Amino acid sequence: MRWLLLAALTVLLVLPAWINSYAVTVFIFIFFYAFLGQAWNLVGGYAGQLSAGHAAFVGIGAYTSALLSAQAGLTPWVGMLVGGVLAAALGTVVGYLGFRFGLRGFYFVLLTVAFAEVCRIVALNTDAVGGALGFYITFTGNPRQFQFQDNRVYYYVALGLMLAATGIVAAIERRRFGAYLIAIREDEQACEALGVNTFRYKMLAMVVSSFLTGVGGTFYAFYLFSLQPNSVFGIPLSVEIVIRPIVGGAGTVLGPILGSFILSPLAEASRIYFGQGGWSGAHLIAYGLLLIAVVLFLPQGAYPALRRLWVKAGAR
Amino acid sequence: MSAAGGPLLEVRGVGKRFGGLQAVHDLSFEMARGEVLGLIGPNGAGKTTVFNLLSGFLAPDRGEVRFAGRSLAGLRPHAVCQLGLVRTFQIVRPFPHLSVLDNVRVGALARRPRMAEARERAHAIIEQVGLGAKARQPAAGLTLAERKRLELARALATEPTLLLLDEVMAGLNPTEIEAMVGLVRSINASGVSILLIEHNMRAVMTLSGRIVVLSFGEMIVEGPPAAVANHPRVIEAYLGEEYVHAPAR
Repeated sequence: MRWLLLAALTVLLVLPAWINSYAVTVFIFIFFYAFLGQAWNLVGGYAGQLSAGHAAFVGIGAYTSALLSAQAGLTPWVGMLVGGVLAAALGTVVGYLGFRFGLRGFYFVLLTVAFAEVCRIVALNTDAVGGALGFYITFTGNPRQFQFQDNRVYYYVALGLMLAATGIVAAIERRRFGAYLIAIREDEQACEALGVNTFRYKMLAMVVSSFLTGVGGTFYAFYLFSLQPNSVFGIPLSVEIVIRPIVGGAGTVLGPILGSFILSPLAEASRIYFGQGGWSGAHLIAYGLLLIAVVLFLPQGAYPALRRLWVKAGAR
Repeated sequence: MSAAGGPLLEVRGVGKRFGGLQAVHDLSFEMARGEVLGLIGPNGAGKTTVFNLLSGFLAPDRGEVRFAGRSLAGLRPHAVCQLGLVRTFQIVRPFPHLSVLDNVRVGALARRPRMAEARERAHAIIEQVGLGAKARQPAAGLTLAERKRLELARALATEPTLLLLDEVMAGLNPTEIEAMVGLVRSINASGVSILLIEHNMRAVMTLSGRIVVLSFGEMIVEGPPAAVANHPRVIEAYLGEEYVHAPAR
């Protein structure tokens, strides 16, 4: 398993030299969504708290670094961290309200969606951040401004983000923090009885998750150069973040990456294929069907299923 | 002033009401260190509510619970557990997708934050409760008797001073009960005080040094097993008034 991962990593590292710019773009989205999925995975997968409003953190991070760069000349490399901190602050508020008052299941989902929607509506109606027109970033190609002439640099930045988040999640999984999150997902009351401060650990998971997601917002802003409240705070983005880890295997280190490698190319391919014939919404239908299939046949996601196959093959 | 010589557990005038039901009324009792105290009473007498009040899952409306000289008022269950008072659940709540070992390790992490140490400790406890052969199996696949042992093992892994056992014998066959009695006794011998809710009379009479009887949320009798078993109020509570004066055969 370890050798397989190392081989895959090596391939990803040398790949940009061999593929065209369009393929590089596809990989950038694979990595970026895997990164966001990994950040969500901590609170949604490991701790089992289904946040369906993670776009709020992307948006906060994106607007923060974009505004700081445009208004105060702060480099997005620093703005990225500021955005992460502000997203974590919002995560703390959402987490506190949800966990202190014991909102579970659908109610927690609704709470997180509501917060993201409030962010979206506030951004839509605040002229200082561009309002409904959105906020545009001028392209300078200056690396200090998180802008690169060569698409491949974005490739490596996105790959770096994905690997960093995966490293963080892997490290958490091997520690008490991770063991507690998994146990909380299994049975919260039993955890409390066994001395686990469930509130504290759920909050910690939320803070780390929203921080990372907020950091991702800067990449979003300075890769796409345009922030539209409906996109960056919208429910569709929250859904994109959630479904990759679910399809790949929520609560596993490799699940979000696997899910992104399955779904991101699928989204891209179906968008091209259906988009030309005026069927522009059809890729969402394809998505929906795949999600139904996963829920029916691989309820724990693709990674646990693959792992079982791997173990079986090894046992033979 | 956590006097090592004072009582381990003091329950003073504790009451709890759920709407129109007085679940526990003015309950007071004490436990000494090292004691096994049986808590018995008919169904609905309020025994599990008492456990919830002691372990921080419910807050009493009135009265106070002190553990090792310290008031438990306002403490959440995890904090109570950290102080050394841990409970099991009547309806066992294993982490179903985790292995037996990982289940017990969650308990062990309360005192041993390093995963390797907690794992080692969990292994030792799994052996102690006789689940060694099942360590790697997911908890969902265990039999009821094994789940009861797992519930006990997990609580034990938090290294408690006082262990609250809620019907660990329920649903077990006579052989399994005998084994469980032996296990509880050995845990007590290792220095853990035990408060036991139990419907199995033989088990509770054998294990307990003293018994508290609850009926409709009130303590009706307290004393050594033999005295309690023959007490008219206990017979009345379990069987009804007409049996109290029935000629003994």
